[in-house]
Amino acid sequence: MSQTFIEILRRALDEEMQRDAAIHLLGEDVAVGGAFGVTRGLVDRHGTHRVRNTPISEAAITGVAIGAALGGIRPVLEIMFIDFATLALDGLVNQAAKYRYMSGGQLSVPMVVRTQSGAAGGAAAQHSQSLEAWLTHIPGLVVVAPSSPMEAYGLLKSAIRLGDPVAFIEHKRLYSMREEFDASAPLPNIGVARIARAGTDLTIVSYSATVVDALQAAKVLALDGISAEVIDLRTLSPLDMATIGSSVSKTHRVLIAHEAVTQGGWGAEIAARIGDELFDELDAPVRRVGCPFAPIPFAPELERALLPGPETISATARALCGKG
Amino acid sequence: MTTEGSAFRARRPQDWLEDYARMCTIRAFENQVQRLAAGGEVPGFPHLSTGQEAVAVGVSAHLGDGDSVYTGHRGHGHALALGSDIEATLAEILGRESGLCAGRGGSMHLVDAARGLMGATGVVGGNLPLAAGAAWAAQSRGTDRIAVVYFGDGATGSGVFHETLNLAALWKLPVLFVCENNGYAEFTGREEHSVVQHVSAFATPYGIPTQTIDGNDLPGVYAAAGVAVRAVRSGSPYLLECLTHRLSGHYVGDSQQYRSAEELAAARAKCPIERLRKSLIAEGIGEDQLNRLAEIAQQSVTTASDRARSAARPDPRDVMDHVYSSQDIVAALRCSA
Repeated sequence: MSQTFIEILRRALDEEMQRDAAIHLLGEDVAVGGAFGVTRGLVDRHGTHRVRNTPISEAAITGVAIGAALGGIRPVLEIMFIDFATLALDGLVNQAAKYRYMSGGQLSVPMVVRTQSGAAGGAAAQHSQSLEAWLTHIPGLVVVAPSSPMEAYGLLKSAIRLGDPVAFIEHKRLYSMREEFDASAPLPNIGVARIARAGTDLTIVSYSATVVDALQAAKVLALDGISAEVIDLRTLSPLDMATIGSSVSKTHRVLIAHEAVTQGGWGAEIAARIGDELFDELDAPVRRVGCPFAPIPFAPELERALLPGPETISATARALCGKG
Repeated sequence: MTTEGSAFRARRPQDWLEDYARMCTIRAFENQVQRLAAGGEVPGFPHLSTGQEAVAVGVSAHLGDGDSVYTGHRGHGHALALGSDIEATLAEILGRESGLCAGRGGSMHLVDAARGLMGATGVVGGNLPLAAGAAWAAQSRGTDRIAVVYFGDGATGSGVFHETLNLAALWKLPVLFVCENNGYAEFTGREEHSVVQHVSAFATPYGIPTQTIDGNDLPGVYAAAGVAVRAVRSGSPYLLECLTHRLSGHYVGDSQQYRSAEELAAARAKCPIERLRKSLIAEGIGEDQLNRLAEIAQQSVTTASDRARSAARPDPRDVMDHVYSSQDIVAALRCSA
C-alpha cells in the first residue's frame, strides 16, 4: 500500500527514535504534529520529553538543539518554514556549522534541522521561499533536499545517523506525493547523487520537487526524440561532482533546474563548477532554470506565472539541444 | 568580625588561598596577553577579563565533572578557573597547533571539553541557548549535571536572551545564567542600552530565582554561587547577576575615550584580588604567603608564555581539517574538490 511523503517521513522518525533513545524531536507544535502533521502521534509513542513542543523562539530552539547535541543527545529540530530560518541563522551559521572546526575537532554537532520550503497553494512571499543557497554557502553544514517519499525516508535516516549538522529541506508540494513503501531499499549515503532517469542527449541537474518536474519534462522530450538524463542531487552540500561529471561526459549538455531564484541560486555554483572542471566536455553553454528575481506572489495566477515547471524545463532543454 | 569574615568560615583557609592563587594567575595571564598583543604577537583582538576574576573563580569552585560551561568573547578567565592548562590556553590565543583548539578558535572561541568548557561564542547572546540545550540534555539523561553560561549585561539586549529565559523556566532546565555586569556593552554604558537597571529584574517575570551581588567580593560570589548551583542541581534555572568592573578596554587597544580617568581609577580601587588579599590578611594569613602565591602565579604564566611563544604554528596544509566529522562527508568533499 502506498504512503504519502508525510507518512513515510513520520515512519522514518518513529523507527529512528525506536532504534536510538538519544534521538529527541523539538520544534513549534511538534507534539501535536507540526504545521503539516509530520510528527503527528509520535508523542504518544515516545513521550513529551522526546517530542517537545517549543515556544515560537527560533533563535533559542536552534541554540538549544545545538547545546543538546553537544550534551550527548541527538536532536531533530523542526523549523516550520525555511523562511523562519532567518531567525535561526546565528545558531546554524555561527554555531552549529563551525563547532567542530573552531574546537579543533574536540566537539561536533550531530543534529538534523528539518525544515520545509518552496511555493505551493498561495502561501505567499514569507512562507514559500527556496533559501537553500544560504545554507550551502556555509562550510560545516550538510544540506539535503529529497525528491520523493522513499528518498526522504532513506535520506532522513542517514542524516540522523551522521555526525554533523544537517539541514533537511522538505518541499511542501511533495507532502501529498504517494509511493509504495519499500522496506528493502538501502539507506543512501549522504553526499551521493542518483540518476533519476538515464539519458544520452542532455543532463538535467535538479533536486527536491523540481526533480518531479524534470522527470515530466524528460518524458515530453523523449517524444521529441531528446533523451534527457535527470540527476537528483539529494545532497546539495557537499556537491557530488563525480556523478555530474560522468553524466556530462556522456551528454555534453547541461541544464540545471531548481525552484529557487536563479540569481545566486545553488545552480550558479553548479554551473561554475561545471565550467571550471568540465569545460572541454561541453558542446553548449550551461543553462539554468529557476524563479525570476521576484518574491513569490500570493494570487494563484501570479504564483503559476513565476514558478518554473515542466514546460519551462522542456522548452529550455529543446533550445539547448538545438531543437527549440 | 566583618561579614566577609563569617563568609570565610565556610571553607578551609587552604581553599581560599587556592582561589587567591587562581585569581592571581588569571590576572597575570591577562596582563601577559595584553603585553603580547601590544607587541603584535596575538592575531585578532583579544578581550580581557581583568578585574572580573572573582566571578570566574567563585562560580567554578562549585562545578565538577560533567557540568557544561559556556562563555563568550571575554572568556580567558573562565577557562583558567576551570583548570585549563595555562600554556595550552595561551598557545590557542597565539594561534598555535598546541593550543586548546589547535589554533582554529583563538581568544574568542576557547573550548576545553575535558574541563567542561564546551564553548565560547563571539556573538553576544549566542551562547545562552546552547547552555540551555546542554541543560536539557543533562535533564533528559536523568543526571544532576548542570550547565553554566557566562554573559555580559550587553547580552540582555538580544532577543535570544529573553527567549532562552522563557524556555529555561518553561522546561525547568538546570542552567545557571551568570551575568557579569560590568556596566559596559562593548563601548557604551548600560544606561544607554536599557532602562532596566539590574539584569536580575529580567528573571522575575519568568519566575526564575535570582540575586544581584557584588561580583568583586570572592567570598560573596562563592556563597551566592553555592546557593545558585544547589538550586540548579535540584532542577531550576537561576540567574546570578554579578556587579563587577572591566579594568581593561573592550578589547586590547581600545583607547576607552568613553570613560573618564576618575571612573577607571575608582574601578581599579575595587580590584577583587586586592580586596581578597586584604581580607585574608585580616583573617590572619601572612603577607609573605600571599606574595609567594602571587609570585608563583606570575612565574607559571611566564613559563607557559615562553613555551607557548616557541610552540609550532599550524601547518597550512591542515587548513581543511575538522570542517566535518563524518568520514562520508570528508570523502565526498575530497572527490568533489
